[in-house]
Amino acid sequence: MIRLQGISREFLVGDQTIQAIRHIDLSLDAGEYVAIMGPSGSGKSTLLNVIGLLDRPTAGTYLFTEQDVTHLSDNEISQVRQSKIGFVFQFFHLVPRLTAADNIALPMTLAGIPPAVRRERVSEVLESIGLSDRGHHRPDQLSGGQRQRVAIARATVMNPSVILADEPTGNLDSKSGQDVLRILEGLNDRGIMLLVVTHDLEIGARARRRLRIVDGAIESDLKQ
Amino acid sequence: MTIRDVIAFTIRSLQGFRVRTILMLMAMAIGVAAVVMLTALGDGARRFVAEQFSALGTNLLIVLPGRSETTGGPPPLLGETPRDLTLDDALELKRIPGVRRVAPVSLGNAEISVGARNREVLIVGTSGDYRRIRKLNISRGRFLETPDPRRMSPECVIGTEVRTQLFGVQAALGQWLRLGDRRCRVVGILGTEQHSLGLSMDEIVLVPVALAMAMFNKESLFRVLVEAGSRDRLDQTQKAILNVIRARHEGEDDVTVIAQDAVLATFDNILRALTYAVAGIAAIALAVAGVLIMNIMLIAVTQRTAEIGLLKALGARPRQITLLFLSEAATLSMSGAVVGWMIGEFGAWVMARAYPAVPIGAPVWAVLAALGVALGTGVLFGIMPAMRAAKLDPVAALSRR
Ligand SMILES: Nc1ncnc2c1ncn2[C@@H]1O[C@H](COP(=O)(O)OP(=O)(O)OP(=O)(O)O)[C@@H](O)[C@H]1O
Ligand SMILES: [Mg+2]
Repeated sequence: MIRLQGISREFLVGDQTIQAIRHIDLSLDAGEYVAIMGPSGSGKSTLLNVIGLLDRPTAGTYLFTEQDVTHLSDNEISQVRQSKIGFVFQFFHLVPRLTAADNIALPMTLAGIPPAVRRERVSEVLESIGLSDRGHHRPDQLSGGQRQRVAIARATVMNPSVILADEPTGNLDSKSGQDVLRILEGLNDRGIMLLVVTHDLEIGARARRRLRIVDGAIESDLKQ
Repeated sequence: MTIRDVIAFTIRSLQGFRVRTILMLMAMAIGVAAVVMLTALGDGARRFVAEQFSALGTNLLIVLPGRSETTGGPPPLLGETPRDLTLDDALELKRIPGVRRVAPVSLGNAEISVGARNREVLIVGTSGDYRRIRKLNISRGRFLETPDPRRMSPECVIGTEVRTQLFGVQAALGQWLRLGDRRCRVVGILGTEQHSLGLSMDEIVLVPVALAMAMFNKESLFRVLVEAGSRDRLDQTQKAILNVIRARHEGEDDVTVIAQDAVLATFDNILRALTYAVAGIAAIALAVAGVLIMNIMLIAVTQRTAEIGLLKALGARPRQITLLFLSEAATLSMSGAVVGWMIGEFGAWVMARAYPAVPIGAPVWAVLAALGVALGTGVLFGIMPAMRAAKLDPVAALSRR
């Protein structure tokens, strides 16, 4: 479903080029559960951003569901991102003035989905993360774990085929981290491809496929 | 994203940044209120003058002694004084066909007294036609009605204010009073609250023109008011007046005839220009508010970088981001403008209460222009920050914390 061919991403810092990822070839099938690990600064986030179409590679070809998305326009890329990809960030990134329900509804609002449909879908996903009674709370009235669950609900509300999570438990205690991970894995059980960037070996060990990135290149690719 | 969603999102952001919102509303409101109030005042003054003039009738000609500089010809020699505009000149004008009324006017101040009470008043010497030309009301008695204006009948018509000050509660009609070194009898009292070009008729004393000229020892009239039979004959009458005077003044054009209309038009133009100028100055406040909006929206874009990155990650198109930020700027400037409009109208209402004689009120064009400029600057100055927001790189925007 996802195919990277010779993907590189360079950054220009002053007159120096930094190769964040280099010549990555990678195939991911629908419904896979992949952990991306490696030392700090190795290029994990950069790889995830390229896969999530938040960032464009400087070289290589990217096929997303058979479609070459390397040279799509900003609008077309937004379209793919909106309908196919869900993001979960380390720092939650909820809009502080919106309630949990409105945060979750945001992707649907941007997509122009009518309010009645939105309401129904929001209460569905709120229930699936166990926060049915918290829909009207603002983020500052929720705990870190609850916030991350709201962020996951937001990532799933458009029924994406991929969920990308960059250190989703990095800011949580181990108990909330476990909860969050279980919810993500539950989504994967329903056939959504799950990519998790993590430093935590224990978490990494739960994935069926483990990528280790060092210095911008794939050092190992282990499948169970 | 539907319009309703955009509006809901905008309102949430405006509520979320309350201090910023209030500051921007105030900036816009002050600008618009200034435009509304100042134009209300300026336009009120213009309409006041126009009303005063049209109350006098539009087919009125005013004959002044002395040549107007705009009629051309060589300037009078040094030391030469223009020939007097005499009472006989004025009476001769009445013979011109198409002239309906002629009122010679002589002005001066004199002390007026009854018993021990006295005061200084403005004396207007004129004839019976003056009443009809100036459309004055008489509350008691009659107006000056000397068949021959050359006669110095010892009679006078007094304003209500003069009446109360001199006679108090006693009857004034038929009483004698002392006017300078002469005596005259009160034959009439003017109605209250009459104005002529801002001059209150309550505080004047009218006497036969010959009496006034004798009192002030003048040979020349202050001016002559001529009412033409109809407006179309105005030009013709104006020429005829000049011809008559020229014939009587040995071929010299030494009077000026101005049409009431022309004076009105001049005043109207001056006051209109003044209103525009004042509105323009007030509009600078609007422009300043626009710059302020731009500044604050730029800060908002910086403050909300992560939010913009998030919206992009959630699939917002660049156009949508632009729209959201523009809508914030437009909503802010528009609501500021409406608040300012209301403040301005309230201010105009207060001023109108304070000066009931002047018809103070903001003209529609000024209100529309102020609202339009407010919205325009809001959107114009909102574009740059909105575009900047739309161009943000989502990765960089999200990685900042
Ligand atoms: N916007 C950027 N400009 C310049 N260099 C960048 C930029 N983003 C990433 N890099 C560089 O690219 C390399 C990979 O960064 P990346 O964020 O992908 O690492 P990471 O594996 O996610 O690290 P961590 O585990 O600390 O999050 C680093 O050397 C980083 O300095
Ligand atoms: Mg990272």
